[in-house]
Amino acid sequence: MLGLVVPAILSGLTTGAVYALVALGLTLIYGVLHIINFAHGSLLMAALYVALVLNMRLGLDPYVALPIVVAVFFCAGYLLQRFVVDTFSHGRDANILLVTLALSIIIDNGALYLFTSNTRTVDVPYAFDMIEVGPAFIPLPKVVAFVAALVIAGLLWLVMRHTRLGAAIRAVAIEKRGAELMGIDVKHTYAMCFGIGTACVAAAACLLLPTFYVTPQVGYAFVLVAFTTVVLGGMGSLGGALVAGLLLGVVEALCGLFLGETLGQIGIFAAFILTLLFRPAGLFAPKVA
Amino acid sequence: MKRFGPGESVAAILLALAALSPFVLPSQAWIGFAVNAVLISVLAIAWNVTGGFCGQMSFGHAALYGTGAYAAAMLQIRLGLNPYLAAASGVAAGAAMGGLIGALAFRYGLRGSYFALVTLAFAEVLRILASSFEITGAGSGLTLPFKPGLADLQFPDRYAAYLFVLALCIAALAVSAAVKGSRLGSNMIAVRENEEAAGAIGIDAFRVKVIAMTISGAIAGAAGVAYLQIQLFVDAPIAYGSLISVEALLGPIIGGAGTLLGPIIGTIVLHIVGEVVKNGVGGAPGLNLVFYGIVLLLILRFLPNGLMGLAGRLRRPAPAAAAARTAEAR
Repeated sequence: MLGLVVPAILSGLTTGAVYALVALGLTLIYGVLHIINFAHGSLLMAALYVALVLNMRLGLDPYVALPIVVAVFFCAGYLLQRFVVDTFSHGRDANILLVTLALSIIIDNGALYLFTSNTRTVDVPYAFDMIEVGPAFIPLPKVVAFVAALVIAGLLWLVMRHTRLGAAIRAVAIEKRGAELMGIDVKHTYAMCFGIGTACVAAAACLLLPTFYVTPQVGYAFVLVAFTTVVLGGMGSLGGALVAGLLLGVVEALCGLFLGETLGQIGIFAAFILTLLFRPAGLFAPKVA
Repeated sequence: MKRFGPGESVAAILLALAALSPFVLPSQAWIGFAVNAVLISVLAIAWNVTGGFCGQMSFGHAALYGTGAYAAAMLQIRLGLNPYLAAASGVAAGAAMGGLIGALAFRYGLRGSYFALVTLAFAEVLRILASSFEITGAGSGLTLPFKPGLADLQFPDRYAAYLFVLALCIAALAVSAAVKGSRLGSNMIAVRENEEAAGAIGIDAFRVKVIAMTISGAIAGAAGVAYLQIQLFVDAPIAYGSLISVEALLGPIIGGAGTLLGPIIGTIVLHIVGEVVKNGVGGAPGLNLVFYGIVLLLILRFLPNGLMGLAGRLRRPAPAAAAARTAEAR
């Protein structure tokens, strides 16, 4: 039994690291803008297709394409927040939710129109290389994704703690009006957040591509897991998202092991509903009266 | 009940004409389109009771719709129950699911985005469960035996099916109007506008919201049952899919959430846009939905109160409308 459980946990941790990376972007956007970005999963799917096309047309390896895709999606995220989400919602919370929903419908079905619903994968020479980790063999790209996700999370933490931008973001998150009075450009800071959040999914997409498949629907599955991760970790908490992402990866792997592949995801949603009901502030948040 | 202003009257007359159009323009494609549009209108009316009147935006109405369809299908196939009894049970199952989700979510004080997310999660859990177990037909879904005739609540042709969904839509509209005109409806609107203030004047907000979800569940369940009886088939991606949840909310938002006719107008306008796009580009998948998204964006940008908000402006004298707009902006 242990011979199966330990590899499942290790494999779950590598999946969980990517969940964490997707969720980091979402939680950053939530923590500062206080909006739930429904288009987050669709942007992940779009980034997967961009990396796929770069691979097929220019022969770029997904890891080499990573900086390019990240830069493109950072700009796209910045512009989306500044000129679409903010303008079209008139700044009303309920409408922001609907604007991001509309964006996700447009992106998902635009991809369906452009690429059809065929499942696609990339061919990379190292896809089936294995690395021995303790009692288990883990595919090399999953180990790369795990390490890279942790590195990116660390970088994000450094940006948030030790740069002027990070300080501005934290100030706007805590007290928007006060920050504005201190001369912080709130709209610019919001858009930077959205850009960084979108850059996170772009990075996650490039790390996923060697071991994963792409369809226009793939974003939907991820966005639900990302919501779960964000809620579980406490909305807006970067550290919480990281831990919750890893945890959920393991939960999914173990549920998959004991309940079968299709029911594996039930564990995630059960965790989601239970957290929303009993600890809506997240597992690690101090209990507020 | 409030008197209809000119804007609403125009909308009502247009709707009545649209309802009759399949008999004036008989073609198989048009009638198929009409059946689908009216069926989704019923679902939109259901969403409007919670999302519009009561201000609780659900992103998972498929949970209610699918439960109605699956309950009616399972009772007929597994227990051989009479289709009418099964249909009534389907409506009851939808109501029960609505009440359950509402009671759980509101018991723990979820609102806004959190409520939207938890409803979405419920729909997703039900989708996975329905596609995993033998009793719900697992991956292949459930198919009703074809026994055309009113005795089995099945329809020999699409006109009969259209009359059925039209009658259902009118019934749903009547329920929705009765709710809105009642004390309960006023309480729902009070809860939507300011839950704390509503509580302060003695409205039990929790009870009002759970009742709203139950009524909404019954109507959505009825829409699910109607889908089953017309298509004679149900599976998890159709019944519990995210597309149903999205379609349930698009109509009311585009038509005008909280208005009586808005959900129907919004749904029909969307379906017409989708159909025009489909015919324009020759049935490419996805493109009609791209335009759904664009219509939603444009409505949010330029008509935040939906198409019925535009109809409302026809009635009000300009200063009053301007005052109302400033009040809303606050």
